[in-house]
Amino acid sequence: MTRFALRGILGRKLRTVLTALAIVLGVAMVSGTFVLTDSIAKAFDAIFTEQYRGTDAVVTGKSAFVLTNNNTTAQPSFDESLLAKVRGLPDVRAALGGVAAQAHLIGKNGKAIVFGGAPNLGFSVDPSQPAFNSLSLVDGTWPKDSEVVVDRSTASKKHLHVGDTIGVQAQGPVVQFRISGLVKFGAVSTIGGATLAGFDLASAQSLFDKRGKLDDIRIAAKAGVSPGKLVAEVQEILPPETRVRSGSSQATSDAKDTNGFITFLQTFLLAFGGIALFVGSFVIANSLSITIAQRMREFATLRTLGASRRQVLASVIVEALVMGVVASLVGLFLGLALAKGLFKLFDVVGFTLPNNGLTFETRTIVVALAVGIVITLLASLRPAFRATRVPPIAAVREGAVLPPGRFARFRVVGAIATAALGFAGLLLGLFGHGLGTKGVLVLMGLGALLIFIGVALFASRLVRPLAVVANPVARWTVFILSVLAWPLFALPFWLLRFGAWGSSSTGKRALAFVGGAVLNPLLLVVALAMIVRKAATRWNPEWPAEFPGVLADHSATSIGSENSQRNPQRTASTAAALMIGLALVTLVATLAAGIIKPFEDAVNKIFTSDYAITAQNNFDPIPVSAARAAASTPGIDAIASVRGGDGRAFGSTIQVSAVDRSIGRVITIDWKNGSNTVFEALGANGAFVDDGYAKKHKLSVGSPIALLTPKGETLHLVLKGIFKPPTGGSPFGAVTISSSAFDAHYDQPQNLFSFVAMRGGVTDANTVALTNALKSFPNAKAATRDQFVKNQISFLKNILNILYVLLALSVVVSLFGIVNTLVLTVFERTREIGMLRAIGLTRRQTRQMIRHESVITALIGAVLGIILGLILGGLLTARVKEIVFVVPVTQLIVFTIASIFVGIVAAIFPARRAARLSPLEALHYE
Amino acid sequence: MSSAGGSPLSGAGSTTTEAVVVARDLTRTFGAGDTAVQALRGVSVDIEAGKLTAVMGPSGSGKSTLMHILAGLDKPTSGTVELAGTEITTLGDNDLTKLRRQHIGFIFQFFNLLPILDARENVLLPLTIAGEKPEDGWFDELIGQVGLGDRLKHRPAELSGGQQQRVAIARALVSRPTVVFADEPTGNLDSSTSGEILELLRKSVETYGQTTVMVTHDARAAAMADRILLLADGVIVRELPRSDAHEILMAIEELNRR
Repeated sequence: MTRFALRGILGRKLRTVLTALAIVLGVAMVSGTFVLTDSIAKAFDAIFTEQYRGTDAVVTGKSAFVLTNNNTTAQPSFDESLLAKVRGLPDVRAALGGVAAQAHLIGKNGKAIVFGGAPNLGFSVDPSQPAFNSLSLVDGTWPKDSEVVVDRSTASKKHLHVGDTIGVQAQGPVVQFRISGLVKFGAVSTIGGATLAGFDLASAQSLFDKRGKLDDIRIAAKAGVSPGKLVAEVQEILPPETRVRSGSSQATSDAKDTNGFITFLQTFLLAFGGIALFVGSFVIANSLSITIAQRMREFATLRTLGASRRQVLASVIVEALVMGVVASLVGLFLGLALAKGLFKLFDVVGFTLPNNGLTFETRTIVVALAVGIVITLLASLRPAFRATRVPPIAAVREGAVLPPGRFARFRVVGAIATAALGFAGLLLGLFGHGLGTKGVLVLMGLGALLIFIGVALFASRLVRPLAVVANPVARWTVFILSVLAWPLFALPFWLLRFGAWGSSSTGKRALAFVGGAVLNPLLLVVALAMIVRKAATRWNPEWPAEFPGVLADHSATSIGSENSQRNPQRTASTAAALMIGLALVTLVATLAAGIIKPFEDAVNKIFTSDYAITAQNNFDPIPVSAARAAASTPGIDAIASVRGGDGRAFGSTIQVSAVDRSIGRVITIDWKNGSNTVFEALGANGAFVDDGYAKKHKLSVGSPIALLTPKGETLHLVLKGIFKPPTGGSPFGAVTISSSAFDAHYDQPQNLFSFVAMRGGVTDANTVALTNALKSFPNAKAATRDQFVKNQISFLKNILNILYVLLALSVVVSLFGIVNTLVLTVFERTREIGMLRAIGLTRRQTRQMIRHESVITALIGAVLGIILGLILGGLLTARVKEIVFVVPVTQLIVFTIASIFVGIVAAIFPARRAARLSPLEALHYE
Repeated sequence: MSSAGGSPLSGAGSTTTEAVVVARDLTRTFGAGDTAVQALRGVSVDIEAGKLTAVMGPSGSGKSTLMHILAGLDKPTSGTVELAGTEITTLGDNDLTKLRRQHIGFIFQFFNLLPILDARENVLLPLTIAGEKPEDGWFDELIGQVGLGDRLKHRPAELSGGQQQRVAIARALVSRPTVVFADEPTGNLDSSTSGEILELLRKSVETYGQTTVMVTHDARAAAMADRILLLADGVIVRELPRSDAHEILMAIEELNRR
């Protein structure tokens, strides 16, 4: 029986390949994810290990609490006198003090050099102590006063050379440096898109506004001294605002954030691999069901020859097993290519990841193969059991139908119950209390899974009504798309063929050929391939070909529409695969719209002045001096900034913000208690909070708030006002104090935004004036309100695009599902197509017939998916306060058109096969 | 036509003006080299208008191949076929399809109805495909003739074999084709139903002058024809005028003895 199963696979190569593709893609995603995240982890590992090369212990500043990771607050620096004390310790062989901070290199165009969201690292280097140096020089010399070394990948991307002068901006305005050399970081080929700028210690201290201070001291122990002993020794002389760790534990601590990020990325990407595999399992189950229905005679014959039910079952399962193994193996290796693609994808959307070569772990192989094989087997179970129900008598009976499964009559009830259970799980996950994040996500995921299965099972009931609705939609959209594609594809292709082998004068043919080539040069390749094939083989292209039209033939499409309804179960299963992808895409679009809309409303409400000054990348904090420079712009009416930092109050770490006295002149907020005078009355110890925070901690005007700063000081604040933020949020943290108080207690205060009101409002002259005033701060830019909104949501848009690309994978899987179903259907209806061709259906009509069926199937999937996506989106937005429910109409139209496109593309190959059937052979096909 | 006199057996005879299908020197070889099979070895035939022509012969005699070539479903290895004044052996697929639409009706052994369409839609299918409407009254008359009046809303699965073949006959006639080709039209029916179907075919020839070519190995079916061509080994070996089943069987016996 096993041999029989293998023969079955070999005898139906095309079907097997098409079915297996669904698994290949899913497994590739899983294996690609592992390869990608393992590679990133290894690269980071190399970076962190390299960074503390030769270092036995590290002294750093210590904040009073664990800082958040949003760049606004740095670890506090400490006095450089500590270095001499450390050097004086008996077990210390060498010690090196250094400073580090953000430092933007300024490109030749006057703009800061930024690669995506990657950091711009500035630090001191000391070539006199090479043991600690993780950089190696590839060109030039180490920096002296007023010199800088730059990493070679930035240099080559931006055409920088040794001897060039380059601007660097850190804490103050741009300072010019001479590039003394190019460096690379250890053995790591790329450290993401980060830029490196190394200076001698004194230059770095002055550039970073850290004169007389250090950020870290690296210590090497004398021979025979353990890091533990060294750490203990250093510990004794440390002032309270510093700490010492061994080199390796410092590296581990540095890597913590990164590891969290990698774990997140891995889970995130695996989820999409899982989705693709889930969709793939639909495709496999459906393809096998169809194949088994078609092979009924074969199974029945086997049964008459004495095969037991168990043997029939085994033969189907073995077939699935072999397919699963081969597909998983292919997918595993495709994953390597996919990992490279993902690196590129993240790079393109401005999220460069460090890469030190691809890593292929054993775990990747085991998990990818296991997942692919198990899913294929699971998907094959139902069809396999149905195969066992074929009675031997079907071998001799014409037109026997597969008996319905034992549970067929419970199908509708089962479908509804499954979907209901899914919704229950989802709602419990969303609104239930006391569940951890993990619990919520697992419940929601399982709920969504069950909903999809339930709806897919029920969908066969919806095929007929949906097909009736989809029919005219499909006809008209395909017509419109054909009209658009006509001058680009249909016409030039016809012209090229006419030019190649039409029967007309040479002049006319040459003209047609050139015309076709001009209209779409790409088709020239196809035409040339056809000419070569005609010359080299016995193949003869179809000619004369009908002059291309755009209007779909009504009779062909109506047969196609009828066909889509004749086996609702099959259409439903095929459409369900697409439905899943579309539901998730719709959900993502709905959530994004639900975030963007209130954000825009909030900005429009709060930001009532003319310009905002932000960093080039829209979210980094900018030096306070930038706002000071902007304040001197001629024509300025008012300028006020919002600073940000970390703080700790009521036992949790919070965002602290600070505002200038005049902020009331540039923004507008709704006060619950108080008015704009609060801004001016904040003083040294005043604060205001939003109503949510006030309610949570039962605060009212006059309440005391104890705020711990990173340096360990406690500010005793008094609540002066409470405001109501709009749904879309506000620029303020949980607690807001005055800029003067903030600057007194936070090192290196930085602005998040500065808002500017100009005389005359937004005018070209004002924009130019403001931009000029910011010239020495290339990392700062001025934006109007619309630009500001657009900039702020651009990050979200990038994430959205990544999600779309990843979800596109599952849509591609469902596309293969449609192709597969259509191929099998064409195969099944060969005789019917032969008859239609005999009584006058042209090849084009045949193609249109198949295409229409495909588009209707795709549209059914799209409609179900969009509705389901909106329902899921509605539930989620009901749960999350900050997101409102907005129907993203434009996107939904785009998705629908994209689905129709999927239908058209899926039909290309099956339709060609159908059109090429010789009516004679088709009629005699058994 | 009552005698074989005017009909060419060798291709040398005159072409009568009534001939709607004129085939000359048809040969058809399947495969190549050692495995090549010559299905037709030089057949010339005129199909006359308004007559029912039966093509008979044992399996492998080439009768189906001849019909397929005459109907433009297959191309001869050599020779020509003129249908309704058009040389069809050189036509491209598109023109051939349109020619079939306009001039040819088909009746198949296995009916070949579309299961998704009801009887009425199946009958109208050739016109639907061509984007045409039936002439006034013609559809109703046709349905009356084939006796399907109360079955029009039924799908093929709900019809008996005989009823399905009636639908197929109506479908072949609905576009008033120049010639109808019937391939073993009774091959899949019991004998009493076969009789009814043959009566129906005969009636369409007599009432509407519908030129019909029928491939069959059933002598009873051939007995309905105005003219019977006997094929063996790829050539027309004998031609009979209208004969009864017994005469036809005798003629076949005679051939077999030779």
